[in-house]
Amino acid sequence: MADTKAKPGMLLDIRNLRIEATVYPPGEQPKTITLVHDVSLTLEKGKVLGLIGESGAGKSTIGLSSMGYGRGGVRITGGEVILNGRDILKGGKEGFRRLRGREVCYVAQSAAAAFNPAHRLMDQVVEAALLHGTATRAEAEKRAVALFKKLSLPNPETIGERFPHQVSGGQLQRVMTAMALCSEPDLIVFDEPTTALDVTTQIDVLAAIKDAIRDTHVAALYITHDLAVVAQVSDEIMVLRHGRLVEWGGTRQIIKEPRQEYTNALVSVHEIAHQEQTPGTTPVLSVKNVTAAYGRSHIKVLKNVSVDIFPGQTLAVVGESGSGKSTLARAITGLLPPEQGSVVFDGRTLGNKLVDRPKEDLRQLQMIYQMADVAMNPRQTVGTIIGRPLEFYFGIRGSERDRRVAELLDKIEMGKGFVDRYPAELSGGQKQRVCIARSLAAKPKLIICDEVTSALDPLVAHGILELLLGLQKEEGVAYLFITHDLATVKSIADSIAVMYRGEVVRYGAKSKVLAPPFDAYTDLLLSSVPEMEIGWLEKAIAGRRMASAGN
Amino acid sequence: MSSPIVKLVAQRVALGILLLLAVSVLIFAGTQILPGDVAQAILGQSATPESLANLREQLGLNQPAYLRYFHWLGGVLTGDLGTAMSSGQDIATSIKDRLWNTLFLAFWAAIVAVPLAIILGLIAVRYRNGWVDKLISGVALASTSFPEFFIGYVLVFYFAVQHQWFPAISTVYEGMPFGERMQAIALPAAALTLVVLAHMMRMTRAAILNVMQSAYVETAELKGLSAFAVIRKHAFPNAIAPIINVVMLNLAYLVVGVVVVEVIFVYPGMGQYLVDHVTKRDVPVVQAVGLIFAAVYISLNIIADIAAIVANPRLRHPK
Repeated sequence: MADTKAKPGMLLDIRNLRIEATVYPPGEQPKTITLVHDVSLTLEKGKVLGLIGESGAGKSTIGLSSMGYGRGGVRITGGEVILNGRDILKGGKEGFRRLRGREVCYVAQSAAAAFNPAHRLMDQVVEAALLHGTATRAEAEKRAVALFKKLSLPNPETIGERFPHQVSGGQLQRVMTAMALCSEPDLIVFDEPTTALDVTTQIDVLAAIKDAIRDTHVAALYITHDLAVVAQVSDEIMVLRHGRLVEWGGTRQIIKEPRQEYTNALVSVHEIAHQEQTPGTTPVLSVKNVTAAYGRSHIKVLKNVSVDIFPGQTLAVVGESGSGKSTLARAITGLLPPEQGSVVFDGRTLGNKLVDRPKEDLRQLQMIYQMADVAMNPRQTVGTIIGRPLEFYFGIRGSERDRRVAELLDKIEMGKGFVDRYPAELSGGQKQRVCIARSLAAKPKLIICDEVTSALDPLVAHGILELLLGLQKEEGVAYLFITHDLATVKSIADSIAVMYRGEVVRYGAKSKVLAPPFDAYTDLLLSSVPEMEIGWLEKAIAGRRMASAGN
Repeated sequence: MSSPIVKLVAQRVALGILLLLAVSVLIFAGTQILPGDVAQAILGQSATPESLANLREQLGLNQPAYLRYFHWLGGVLTGDLGTAMSSGQDIATSIKDRLWNTLFLAFWAAIVAVPLAIILGLIAVRYRNGWVDKLISGVALASTSFPEFFIGYVLVFYFAVQHQWFPAISTVYEGMPFGERMQAIALPAAALTLVVLAHMMRMTRAAILNVMQSAYVETAELKGLSAFAVIRKHAFPNAIAPIINVVMLNLAYLVVGVVVVEVIFVYPGMGQYLVDHVTKRDVPVVQAVGLIFAAVYISLNIIADIAAIVANPRLRHPK
């Protein structure tokens, strides 16, 4: 091609990229599907391009193509990837190996999984630089320590001697950024680098990454599904959907003046108008002074926790990971018997242990989990899954059961056609709907929802929340809604309990909890939620009153 | 290095000792259940009630079983394994040389088999599902599937009879030069290697393939490491625990499972000794050899446990 000579300053020029994969659907012939349809992009030296879209949009696939890498049988079948003036797709395996870790480095979503547990951090950080001979060990280590300092890691001189399990998730994510920068590459692919972190930790890591990019003049592809996050770090944003380009423009244009309807849907804030209900007189569930610990540990995971849930209302429990949210759910369900305190349900004190509770108590209290796909038996059909509580609690069988299952499917806005499907054939949102139907089948008074929308794309999550609210009105069921996402809380809660290190630090009606004056932790939590404003990150960091626990 | 490791290791060693004591009780009880006793066995046809009673008195057989057990155990602990009935020789002395011979053979078989199995496993992973992988797995599985005596005789036929490179009978004696000794054990060591190879190779392959799905393997690939370096540096260290377990089981087999191979090659080791005395119904020897085999088996498994503990960075470097 005559045009292959790149313009000066151009680092990456992807032209008409086509990526395919072979899938093996159960009971069918293997078929080839196209993951990325003729996507083109350019990136200048030192610039940051944000790639945004829902899961399955092809963001990571495009990002990894700049390293000539395809996950699990994914193949680049068309187009050109021109990096530093040459088409890397023509370089073969050896060519890929020479550019990986040298010209292009990768920062993964979960640094905790992406670091090798068997080696010390420093050995992993300098590995690529040594492999490609861009530095001696002493030089590389010196560079690494300087990067640890820049990324404001504690004890930068010695943190490299640690093993991955000895360092917190937020710190590991920064060490991984240092690892990518240590080879002094031209381009770094950040693949959802803050998604797995708590909101209060995310803000620190985001700021560290942004500073590091600015000071080292490295270019970056920043992949995320969170538009508010990408708006903080990118010069330009590319919106993708189903492997196709939707819109590509400057950050300001995308978030302020989106030209495509889909971008507009992503940008607009999805608040569900939910009228807060005033607490009734008798709670359906009262947690009274519960203290709990795992095993014979002296570390109390729950400290003197008391909350009430009223019939037909929603109590949201918020806090970062490790704050005891899920443990509270385990104590209520009897999976973790509390050491002190009691759980009163419908006027009677529940047995501490699961085995002490009669079937009727178990029926009244159902649970929905974050990972819908592992909460279902993959070898059972949707009909069997939803029908099981009907048989188990009510002894309903045969055609009556089928009728009830159809009714429940109707309630979760899924048609009768799904009865014979297996979980693997459903989308993430559909799986969660089936889990909701299964819990409703028991006709419970209270459903505990543990991060039920956290694994879903924003638009799908929105649909699930609306469904839950609608079902609450119809069935009068109460929810205990565990989440770390404050936007969700605003949409669905009637009252809120903020948890921090095993204690309830703030509790009351939604309007009161979310109104100033705030305690230090609630303030940190609220101010850490990314807003779709350019310059929000700097403002938020400057205005903080306490450091987050993840550091 | 710190308390959790020391504690775990101490636990394993204590459990091992307890297990060995339990085994000694089983071995002793087993020989008690057999009809007849030592006195009867010694006197055989010429036994009269009087002579039996005398001999029992003399041997202390009239004491209750638990006293005799402790007497036997006390002897074992002080290195006295008793006297062989058939020859009247001290068991400990006869066993010493033979145990040494068996360990010598097992050692050299292991020196070849363990690295070979692991390297073949690594290569199989590198070229997984390709023809190299299938060839390695196929040959290794075939060699394991053949019975030891068959492999032994094939080796003898080919290397001793047709080509006369190695002796067919592996006679070794005290003061034998090292070179000649090595030549003598070449064929039995080869037979043993072929028998244990596949198990270790397949486990190495499976354990490494299991961690090849990890995100850190992808990280290593994206640093530009070659496929083999990824497997060796990043996958292997995390697959080491299950591999060690299988290696140790096979090492134990090299010591306690050599009976057939030793008999084929007439190698003066523990296996031969055991088979000889089983046919002579020499109970004290069978007891002693059984106990030694159990000790070898248990200690190798303890070593495997400890190695797996030490290989785990979470235990080696606690938070």
